[in-house]
Amino acid sequence: MKPRSDYEHSWWRRLVRFVDGETLADVEKREEEAGENDAQSQKLADTMAEQLFEQEEKYDRADRKRRLEMEHEKEAMALYDKYKNWPKEHGVKIFGRLYAVMAVVLCVIIITTLLVTVSYLPEFGHADNPNNNEVVERYNEKALEETGATNIVAGMILDYRAFDTLGESHVLFIAAVCVMILLRLDITKGKNPTDTKRLEEENDRLYEPKNDKILQLSARILVPIIILFGIYVILNGHLSPGGGFSGGAIIGAGLILYLNAFGFEKASRIMNRKNYAVISVVPLLFYALAKGYSFFTGANHLESGIPKGTPGAILSGGLILPLNICVGVVVACTMYHFYTLFRKGGM
Amino acid sequence: MDFIRNFPFFCIVLALASGVISSVLRPKAAKALSFILISFSCICSFCVLYYTVQTGEAFTYMMGHFPAPWGNEIRAGVLEGVMASFFSVIMLLALLGGEKYLKADIEESKQNLYFVLVNLLLSSLLALVYTNDLFTAYVFVEINTIAAGGLIMIRSNGHSMLAATKYMIMSLLGSGLLLIGITLQYDLTGHLLMSNIQESIGELAAHGEYTVPLTVIIGLISVGIAIKSALFPFHAWLADAYGYSTASSAAILSSLVSKAYIFLLIKIIYRVIGTGVFWDSKITNVFFVLGVAGMLFGSISAIKECDMRRMIAFSSVAQIGYIYMGLGFGTKLGVTAAVFHIFSHAATKSMLFVACRGLSEVSGNKKDFSDLKGSGFRNRIAGVAFTVGALSMVGVPLFAGFISKLYLTSAALETMSLKMAVGVIVLAVSTILNALYFIRAVISIYTPRNEHYRDAAFRPGMTFCAGMVCFIAINFLLGLASHPLITAIEQGLQMFS
Repeated sequence: MKPRSDYEHSWWRRLVRFVDGETLADVEKREEEAGENDAQSQKLADTMAEQLFEQEEKYDRADRKRRLEMEHEKEAMALYDKYKNWPKEHGVKIFGRLYAVMAVVLCVIIITTLLVTVSYLPEFGHADNPNNNEVVERYNEKALEETGATNIVAGMILDYRAFDTLGESHVLFIAAVCVMILLRLDITKGKNPTDTKRLEEENDRLYEPKNDKILQLSARILVPIIILFGIYVILNGHLSPGGGFSGGAIIGAGLILYLNAFGFEKASRIMNRKNYAVISVVPLLFYALAKGYSFFTGANHLESGIPKGTPGAILSGGLILPLNICVGVVVACTMYHFYTLFRKGGM
Repeated sequence: MDFIRNFPFFCIVLALASGVISSVLRPKAAKALSFILISFSCICSFCVLYYTVQTGEAFTYMMGHFPAPWGNEIRAGVLEGVMASFFSVIMLLALLGGEKYLKADIEESKQNLYFVLVNLLLSSLLALVYTNDLFTAYVFVEINTIAAGGLIMIRSNGHSMLAATKYMIMSLLGSGLLLIGITLQYDLTGHLLMSNIQESIGELAAHGEYTVPLTVIIGLISVGIAIKSALFPFHAWLADAYGYSTASSAAILSSLVSKAYIFLLIKIIYRVIGTGVFWDSKITNVFFVLGVAGMLFGSISAIKECDMRRMIAFSSVAQIGYIYMGLGFGTKLGVTAAVFHIFSHAATKSMLFVACRGLSEVSGNKKDFSDLKGSGFRNRIAGVAFTVGALSMVGVPLFAGFISKLYLTSAALETMSLKMAVGVIVLAVSTILNALYFIRAVISIYTPRNEHYRDAAFRPGMTFCAGMVCFIAINFLLGLASHPLITAIEQGLQMFS
């Protein structure tokens, strides 16, 4: 590109010249030299073209035709390349834009449809709504008597619809298994113990910094309270709002706090891989066994022989309390295990 | 009450429990436990089938001490019995045939986790088949989704990770739509038990109330399940998921997981929404159009493919298209044909995936057509099985695929409308397209070349042979003696409504 004619007189050039210590004369001299060079090269090119023309004269017609064909071919190839590369160079860009637009349009359509649908639904909270039927009625009126749980929700999920909850706790378990498949590092049993990356991770895990005094002090105060509160929520699941899922989440949070404050070495005295296997498997098996017994007796119209107890007492509600404990343990373990897996690839 | 009525419940709970136990066992013990469990479930399901055929009616089973609308309930009729036994058998054979390759594909310390996934998947399949409650169905759809994602991911290479991510995104989208549909439905009817919902929805439809939400519910549930079972425009996850997972996983995913969702859809059509309301909602036309499009585009994608595994995977898109086309006719014969195609496709596709792994084993673990040349001579049993599967997929008489195509065509001819013309023509075109790529594959594996892969010491292995022989036998059985199965399907559909 050729600079503008007043380029040398611009403020910027003046500043540069001032910094370089040049004068305007120097620059003009240099330009003249460049111009001379240009003239010379122009002359050279002219003579070469003449020579080429003379040479060309010598070629016969067939030869010229052949060269023309080759040129055509070259052009065709260039055209082919252009269209071949079109998707890569431009197509992807266009597709990406179209994709974004279409995604937004689709989302807007779905959101609009759902919002419109909601406006057609029965009004919330009316007494004669279709979902206020005999099912809800019996839950409200007879749940205490039939399940022995003051907290009707606990009675519903762990007694009336226990099969769903059995499935739900296995959802947690299988999610933990999948994360384990994805992230667990098998250091001790690895095929090649010289795998440096694994060794590094292992060292990182053992010797991480863990001397944050403030965190340790607050954890020392908080962790027992959190875990105690979690246990309270689980044990009172059939009496007050709460239960296995919420209490387990609280305990899991407490364990994670402990791990953060005191490091893996201390935490793995309680929660190592062996203990985890036992702690996660035994409650689930107990759950399946207890509920299997209850389903079997229920379906075959046998007496289950599990006492309901006095509603309101801590030992009441039949199987709800032990099942809440099981669910709580599973949830706490899963949370803690998720944390360790995402952080270091296992306990 | 007869003791046999407990069997479905035994299968589901034992599968859950053995999945949990497998997580602490050694790989070998976990494998043994898994095989025992699946065989047990086969036997139980056949007993249930026999029992329901004998008594001629479906039975419900109370899960707990509270009767149905309050507690949970499962239900078993003839169709449930057939489905459960078929799913168990196919799962057993897919594991048997692909057992040998699990060792190569999965890290040793994680092999027992594979059987955790398999057992939990089996329990969720059985629960989806037997459930009589829409929310129970959703809970087990969750287990099914996560287990299927794990089955893809456990191979732990880049391709399978990407495939599992794609699968999870699409499948969770499907679950979300299904859940919104169920929630809206609960708001309208106040029920989760299938028969009660059907009653309420029938009343609502008869009085012409809440037509907009009803249509949206039907749409959401249908689209949700269509995404999860890879109907044509939602099939983006399928090729990678089936193409890069280990052989057993691909077989299980293609023949059981997607089919369980379709069965759930059929159950929802018959037992939740009610056939009258569902057929009137015109969503069947959407099924028909998408099914037909899937038949064509799935086959075209398969023809373009050079990778044998991915070719078989794309063929699944076409076959799922057949099933949805059958549902799209909106007639009883159409649904019967669709259900039969579920069986024939499940039996054939799982065999193809396992056989293809056997063929690539003798070709340096490569899956491209050029590398597989002559592999039919090097691993004879896999070659024979692949040929049988290919012929069945094309629809040659004697094999399972022929019967389902026959029934689909007669279902098309019965409708006497535009659907008849389109259905018959596309069936014909799609058969030719199927032939194009499957016959090419068969010719390719029987073209003698690539002698440098020859390994004189190669033995296909007992389990592989047993699995393949059983698969071939099932294919011939479905093709030659399809009548009892068709009768059972018709009887089962009768029991549904």
